[in-house]
Amino acid sequence: MGPWQLAWRRFRRHRLALASAALLALLTAAAILAPQLQSVLGVDPNAVDLLARLEPPSPAHPLGTDDLGRDVLARLLDGARVSLFVGLTAALASAVIGTFVGLIAGYYGGRFDALLMRTTDTVIALPLLPLLIVLAAVDPAKLGVPEAIARSEYLSLYRVIAIVALVGWTTVARLVRGSTLTVREREFVRAARALGSGPGRIMATHILPNVASPVIVATTLSAGNVILFESVLSFLGLGIQPPIASWGNMLTNAQELIWEAPSLAVYPGLLIFLTVIALNFLGDGLQDALDPRSGADGR
Amino acid sequence: MIRFMAGRLMQMATILLLMSLLVYVLIGLMPGDPIDLMISANPDLTPADAERLKALHGLDRPLLERYWLWLSQALGGDLGYSRLHARPVLDVLLPALGNTVVLMGAAFLLSVAISLPAGIFAALRPASWVDYLVNLACFAGISVPPFWLALMLITLFSVILGILPASAVSTAPDPSFWDRLRHLAMPVATLGLLSAGGVTRYVRASMRETLRQDFVRTAAAKGVGRARLVLNHALPNALVPVITILALDVGALFSGALITEIMFAYPGMGKLLFDAIMGNDYNLALVGLLFATLVTLVCNLGADIGYAALDPRVTFAAVRDRG
Repeated sequence: MGPWQLAWRRFRRHRLALASAALLALLTAAAILAPQLQSVLGVDPNAVDLLARLEPPSPAHPLGTDDLGRDVLARLLDGARVSLFVGLTAALASAVIGTFVGLIAGYYGGRFDALLMRTTDTVIALPLLPLLIVLAAVDPAKLGVPEAIARSEYLSLYRVIAIVALVGWTTVARLVRGSTLTVREREFVRAARALGSGPGRIMATHILPNVASPVIVATTLSAGNVILFESVLSFLGLGIQPPIASWGNMLTNAQELIWEAPSLAVYPGLLIFLTVIALNFLGDGLQDALDPRSGADGR
Repeated sequence: MIRFMAGRLMQMATILLLMSLLVYVLIGLMPGDPIDLMISANPDLTPADAERLKALHGLDRPLLERYWLWLSQALGGDLGYSRLHARPVLDVLLPALGNTVVLMGAAFLLSVAISLPAGIFAALRPASWVDYLVNLACFAGISVPPFWLALMLITLFSVILGILPASAVSTAPDPSFWDRLRHLAMPVATLGLLSAGGVTRYVRASMRETLRQDFVRTAAAKGVGRARLVLNHALPNALVPVITILALDVGALFSGALITEIMFAYPGMGKLLFDAIMGNDYNLALVGLLFATLVTLVCNLGADIGYAALDPRVTFAAVRDRG
């Protein structure tokens, strides 16, 4: 039996992780098929109808309407596209940056390594949210971002991805650095070095495959964190900007409307919660499956 | 010890300095500057007036020169004025800091009151339904969006049950102690529940690790009772690493406090900072962020000292080289 089959067997035993994978697959399918689902249901996420504000669920609007009379279900589907896209891309970007930095720090050691460890220590300890808020409030035009992007409707999307990736890479970097330190001294790496392989080749073909497991686990866990950060920033009005729907910005008005329409606050938050907890369970299951020596606690 | 402290203080000063430069530059990149705000507030100002005002406030100088000026004034004890509050920054910051310390302290106590028993019980019965439930609750605690937890608590206790007020500050002119407590209940519960998930996981993992160790088995073999074994022998040892992690979490707790304060209109550092950033009150935002950073760093230092004091195997040199 190959290593992947063994991993799959261990993964299957983690029932919560299995259920989480199914839930995430379902959400992803709903996000990808959102336009089709919306046209089948006959709902438009951006159609404002001020005569039908805050309506209760009805056949025309399965989950009711928001404060501008827009269909809540249609906006939740749009929000799924945005939240999952941001989570996936920002987590992947963090993984790429973190792997690169961690590999180099672990392989070469020395001053760069010491600097990296200090930086990640500091980033982990700092009060991150206020700093993210400052970053989100920066005017991109003053940063020299090209006009076409700075004025784009999707600017808020790119910006949130960039901001959370900027703080998300440290966990991955630490993990990769730790694994690289142990793999670096193994016989097959020494053999490759003795045969004349350069550092780039050794890192890419010999070390990288052996640090893949922690990278996969860390990326899954960080995708959950990224979605949380996105939702907080969007909720505060600093992340995804309306009219683009995100689960976070759908909640922005919910607090003022909580006496009139308490149910508006439930669905978007519930979806964020379920997505993030599913990603955390999935990461836990992947850790048990890919790295069984790390113990059943999965941390 | 002295070398350790000197090294750490140097490190903290460096981080604060870098932070102040970073935030100063970032704030310079935010849309609109104070003069633009004055112009939009007063349409009679001519472009020439604007130029004069900019020169008066030094805004025509290069960014680094302005930063240097700010830094030398700040180090001289002059932290400047808050634009929104029209008062010296420190006069605004210190009361808010006090409020945040109350909120975070109460939430911390609540979190520990939940985490210690839950983590210990779960560790004593691995793979039991208690362990399973605690694990599930921990995952829920680390996965819930903080503002949504606050919204749901408000929905339940203010809207549906109508037993708790939805804001953190009493509107009564002279609120009684009981009234204040009622207003604090939900903010403290939000922040405490948010932090309890992570802390319980640490307690559980550390306790399981400790219960496996030889000295615990020896004590059990010598006939020490179960309660005594857990509470007197295992627990103190299991808590040592937990304390370090708790202090490292202060930064995260502050982020949680920021959201909690915004949700419940609680007059603390987090809300002050947020309003300052949103309201272009640059000086207050800058000094406030540095204050929050300083508090976090001091807590981390305290944790390292406590760690070395509690665990005689750890020397200060080892703490310094850790990681």
